[in-house]
Amino acid sequence: MSKLNFLQPDKNNLNTYLYTGVILVAFSIFIVFLNSFFNKDIVSFLPGPISFFLPLILGFIGLHLIRIDYSGLKFLDKVNKNINTNNFNAFLSLLIVFVVIKSLPPLLSWFIIDANIAGDSKDVCTGSGACWTYIKIWFNRFMYGMYPNPEQWRINLSFIALAFLGCVGFFATEKFKKYLTLYYVVVYPIIAFFFIFFFISGGPIFFDFSYGIIAAVISIILGFFIPSKFKMYYFIIVPITLYILLKYVFFYEELIELGKLEALEWVETGAWGGLSLTFIVSFFCLIFCFPIGLFLSLGRRSDFPIIKYISIGMIEFWRGVPLITVLFMSSVMFPMFLPEDMFIDKLVRVIIAISLFEAAYVAEVIRGGLQALPRGQYDAAKSLGMGYWKMHILVILPQALKLVIPGIANTFLALVKDTPLIFVVGLLEIVGMLNLAKTNPEWLGFAMEGYVFASVLFFIICYAMSKYSYNLEQKYKTER
Amino acid sequence: MSKIIQITEMNKWFGDFQVLKNINLEVEKNKKIVVCGPSGSGKSTLIRCINRLEEHQQGSIIVDGNELTEDTKDIEKIRAEVGMVFQQFNLFPHLSILDNCTLAPIWVKKMPKKEAEDLALQHLEKVQIADQASKYPGQLSGGQQQRCAIARALCMEPKIMLFDEPTSALDPEMIKEVLDAMVNLAKAGMTMIVVTHEMGFAKEVADEVIFMDEGMIVERAETKEFFANPKSDRTKLFLSQIL
Repeated sequence: MSKLNFLQPDKNNLNTYLYTGVILVAFSIFIVFLNSFFNKDIVSFLPGPISFFLPLILGFIGLHLIRIDYSGLKFLDKVNKNINTNNFNAFLSLLIVFVVIKSLPPLLSWFIIDANIAGDSKDVCTGSGACWTYIKIWFNRFMYGMYPNPEQWRINLSFIALAFLGCVGFFATEKFKKYLTLYYVVVYPIIAFFFIFFFISGGPIFFDFSYGIIAAVISIILGFFIPSKFKMYYFIIVPITLYILLKYVFFYEELIELGKLEALEWVETGAWGGLSLTFIVSFFCLIFCFPIGLFLSLGRRSDFPIIKYISIGMIEFWRGVPLITVLFMSSVMFPMFLPEDMFIDKLVRVIIAISLFEAAYVAEVIRGGLQALPRGQYDAAKSLGMGYWKMHILVILPQALKLVIPGIANTFLALVKDTPLIFVVGLLEIVGMLNLAKTNPEWLGFAMEGYVFASVLFFIICYAMSKYSYNLEQKYKTER
Repeated sequence: MSKIIQITEMNKWFGDFQVLKNINLEVEKNKKIVVCGPSGSGKSTLIRCINRLEEHQQGSIIVDGNELTEDTKDIEKIRAEVGMVFQQFNLFPHLSILDNCTLAPIWVKKMPKKEAEDLALQHLEKVQIADQASKYPGQLSGGQQQRCAIARALCMEPKIMLFDEPTSALDPEMIKEVLDAMVNLAKAGMTMIVVTHEMGFAKEVADEVIFMDEGMIVERAETKEFFANPKSDRTKLFLSQIL
């Protein structure tokens, strides 16, 4: 056995160093653990500063002792490589472990141990923890805003239907894959628009449109099974027939007048709110701002001066003004310029405003991707006889958009998190509803729970989006 | 024999700098022309003008009976008849080799997909990379990529092929495989204009060699004549340096 040198641990006395080191590290973590979870300081006999730093010192020495290169133990090598490469990293690793252990008990007790969820009034919330009862009672409002309770099935049904229609891509056979882009870019948004604005909104206008939606949806779904030879005739004849059948045979309007069927009650957009409104606003803004941004970015690179300067003007204008003023203008100033009898719904105005605002950002992100492409790609596409649109759709945009997926995801995430600003025009999505609920005299003092709840929801939404964007990146990766 | 390319009195400027000076060039059908010269002499610009990747400011260029003008519809038609191979290959990295080759026939010539794929495989076979058809450009070596680029251009069944220094970006051992593909193409009777420094290739297949310097055509001669008795001093100097 060679001589022990504690300043330079080596492989020869591996076990000695390993046991000493592990015991020291484990002991240091144990001290912090006891201190944090059971409030016991077992080293309190030492003077103050030393007892405070003791775990750190012990752990540091321990990590130093087990830092042995090529020890032959797989686990030890892995630990050394990942958290224990040098003194500074060892110190940081220890610090992080201690901070996590230290901060767990208060978090746990606030979230779970001392929290209340039973009961249905604020009286049950006596502990020092969170009052989840508050969230439970207000849950419905946080999800649907002021939307009348008996009508909420309409929102649920619309979202479920749209989710199903959104999944069509997974089930389409190889033959219909090429129509998918068209479906998602044109057909799906239109269906969604009708669903949201005529089904959720309801009112007398609903029925005519609902026939249209049902006819369109049924014919599209059936359309996937029709041989392409008859497609032309099919898409002219079937939707119209369906529409007429629905209007005059199945949903015979007399039934409504006789009281056997009731028309959907009209719910004005001011009453919409909560998370469902967050979804609606984000969804429409996302699908509108992308194509607008795309055209602006192409316009900015156009050879025609008029198109170019209009695009530049649009982009710079929308990027130059704060969103909150845009929203305010859209609700207060914009109606003044409209003719007296013309009325555009508040929500529609908001969606247009946010879409244009975000489109400017999307445009610049896409322009970055367009500029990153080598000129040779344009040359090659042109030399094969492609015109402007073919070149862009087939060659340039697929590559440019692939490059800017992270940037676009960034913009979209920012958009989702910008939606709470629509409170300035009186639309209360989830954060707006929280602000409303926290000022309710019966439920004062639970702002914290509300914001934590909203943060968790937003995090879930945004993390899902970010994961999805990462998946897209991987899917379209064609480099070696 | 018919003249497939006719360039008369053509001038081109980049800003204030005149890159092409008074170019007169006629190319007959099925001829193979090699363009050589020092870098910056305007060789690439000249052949890029032939399918209007660059615009000329004066003079006229007539390709296969169509004059190159501002009218974009005509230009797209001419470009579909003039294949081009670039120094940097310029394959479309987001598409597989097969899709690279079928993209233009399907979307520009409106060829049915099946037919386009058969045609593409046929041309890929000719340049000996049919077995790589399902890979992406990023997975191939430079030589393979350049051969794919040749096949891609051939899939449009062009009447003229332009080569813009096709071997300059390749490792020495890959140059041969690309040159072989070009030699085969030449033997099949394609009209070719090749900008290259590969004098071996020029000697083997070219009917005529053009020497350019400072934006002008200094000398144009039959291949044997060009290498045996260069006329101008500038050509002699160039040949003595390159051979």
